[in-house]
Amino acid sequence: MNLWRIVLEALDSLASNKVRSALTVLGIVIGVGAVIAMLAIGAGAQNTITGSISGIGTNLLFVMRGGSEEVRNPQHLTLGDAEAMRDPFAAPSVIGVAPVLQGSAEITFSGEGDIVAAVGVTPEHESVRNVEIAEGEFINEIHLLGRAAVVVLGPDVAETLFGRSEGVVGESVRIEGQPFRVIGVTIAKGGQGPSNEDNQISIPMSTAQTRLFRRSSRDHVDMILVQALNADAVTAAEEEISAILRTRHRTDIGEDDFTTFSQQSFLEVAETITNVFTIFLGGVAGISLLVGGIGIMNIMLVSVTERTREIGLRKAVGARKRDILLQFLTESALLSLFGGLIGIVLGWALSMLVGAIAAASNADINPVVGINAILLATLFSAAVGLFFGLYPAKRAADLEPVEALRYE
Amino acid sequence: MSDWVIEAEGITKVYRMGDLEVHALRGVDVRIARGEIVSIMGPSGSGKTTLMNILGCLDRPTSGSYCLDGSQVAELSDDQLAEIRNKKVGFVFQSFNLLGRQTALTNVELPMRYAGVGNGRRKRAMEALEAVGLGDRVQHRPNELSGGQQQRVAIARALVNNPAMIMADEPTGNLDSKSGVEIVQILLDLNKDLGTTLIFVTHDPEIASHTKRVISLLDGLITEDRIVE
Repeated sequence: MNLWRIVLEALDSLASNKVRSALTVLGIVIGVGAVIAMLAIGAGAQNTITGSISGIGTNLLFVMRGGSEEVRNPQHLTLGDAEAMRDPFAAPSVIGVAPVLQGSAEITFSGEGDIVAAVGVTPEHESVRNVEIAEGEFINEIHLLGRAAVVVLGPDVAETLFGRSEGVVGESVRIEGQPFRVIGVTIAKGGQGPSNEDNQISIPMSTAQTRLFRRSSRDHVDMILVQALNADAVTAAEEEISAILRTRHRTDIGEDDFTTFSQQSFLEVAETITNVFTIFLGGVAGISLLVGGIGIMNIMLVSVTERTREIGLRKAVGARKRDILLQFLTESALLSLFGGLIGIVLGWALSMLVGAIAAASNADINPVVGINAILLATLFSAAVGLFFGLYPAKRAADLEPVEALRYE
Repeated sequence: MSDWVIEAEGITKVYRMGDLEVHALRGVDVRIARGEIVSIMGPSGSGKTTLMNILGCLDRPTSGSYCLDGSQVAELSDDQLAEIRNKKVGFVFQSFNLLGRQTALTNVELPMRYAGVGNGRRKRAMEALEAVGLGDRVQHRPNELSGGQQQRVAIARALVNNPAMIMADEPTGNLDSKSGVEIVQILLDLNKDLGTTLIFVTHDPEIASHTKRVISLLDGLITEDRIVE
């Protein structure tokens, strides 16, 4: 028998009881649909997270206070530390250093107000942090030296205060009750939650130190951003600044009182987390695929019993064991393959739905149904059909013709 | 090629049912020549169905030798037996045993599909159906055919691979007397036109009356094997 004929006969057999075939297929449809949707959502979440991390910039290093647990009194990072990192001999891989003071402040303008993240920065911050100005200018040396009361707004802050993010340069706002002049607005970058730069204001560090943030010393900073020469130099830059800090802070070997983060480490952590998340979701969904397969086995067993006489007849006219085996395996494989294909469509629709819901509630997740997932799902559904159909097919093939023909 | 289609010697068949041993056949010798028309008769439990199953290669003897159209059956594997059934034996059953979801034409083609016949299948099937007088009903499904017509399809199917013999197990059992007579006549005509060996297994003396040789079985042994005129 050629394969085409076998497939036709299998299709014919499945079509003879459409309701039963449809119900059997349903298990696979749900299983595959769930797997596809879960994988898509997981991929989308991963993209979102790595996207926003990548948006930070590949050459960036973050240095923060606090490191090894054994150091009980970690020293603060200082402007002096930042200056030391600028030394081209000690840190040749570093091309930019931007110390940062972090806090929050209330900003108001004629009745409208909000409490937003506020950072005290130096002019280098603009290049190190890839700040893009939509209008006006960023903080410069003059502002810094003069402790000018100026502020650069993120576009969301401008929206909140003025109802627009254009034409606001020159306006006077109050930060913690003190008057500040708006000198620039940044370009919207998108982002979520506390790291959302669009909802942040930037002030000259000297101004922040004297007027807004109280720190135990004028020298202290909360964080130092370091820009490496290029993506490949990040590791070297990390080692160089770590060495500088260890010398300056005079910590013991192996006990740092600071920590450096590169975008790479963020990415790795994020990817690990989302991978685990995705695998977990996919695994749970995979269980339903298993159940679908059991359903196929169940129905095929019933089908074999119902067609005992037919099997006997086929053997009587010359079907060998493998002919019968192939016939029933084809049926179960077709069942699960159909289920898989429909399930892929369902899963795609489901992930679109989730994407729409996420977009509506401002959660930036864009589910992605990858080719890999589709191929995997197709392969898996065929495999499920073959695996779970094997036992019933073998039962059919092993029937004795004489017994089978006698069956009522 | 030997002129014997069937050469069986010392055929026994023992079934084990739990603790019990059932001796269905206790030593049967049969020789049937090409072109013969034979009836195997006997009451229930005589072993005639068992003998038919063994002669038709649906089952193996417990002991004894059986040569079908030149092939020694006892040494053959399951797959080889399937091939024998496909090519050398045509079965006609009491309850027709057609595939209900397929047309008459496709039903008749079934043995050829298992034989791996590709081209010419349709043509041979059409010829077989015409030979049994159903040339105008080839696209009908079994539930659109009368009992007699269904049995004709079964006969056409039995013929289609040019077997050495046709084994008919109570072929008229589910038919009214008129259709029954027609069916027997068709088979006899096939024997006349094609020289196909016919073996009827029946307990109906009416059928036996049409055959030239009657083998009678009782309790697993042949009691009589005579030529009737």
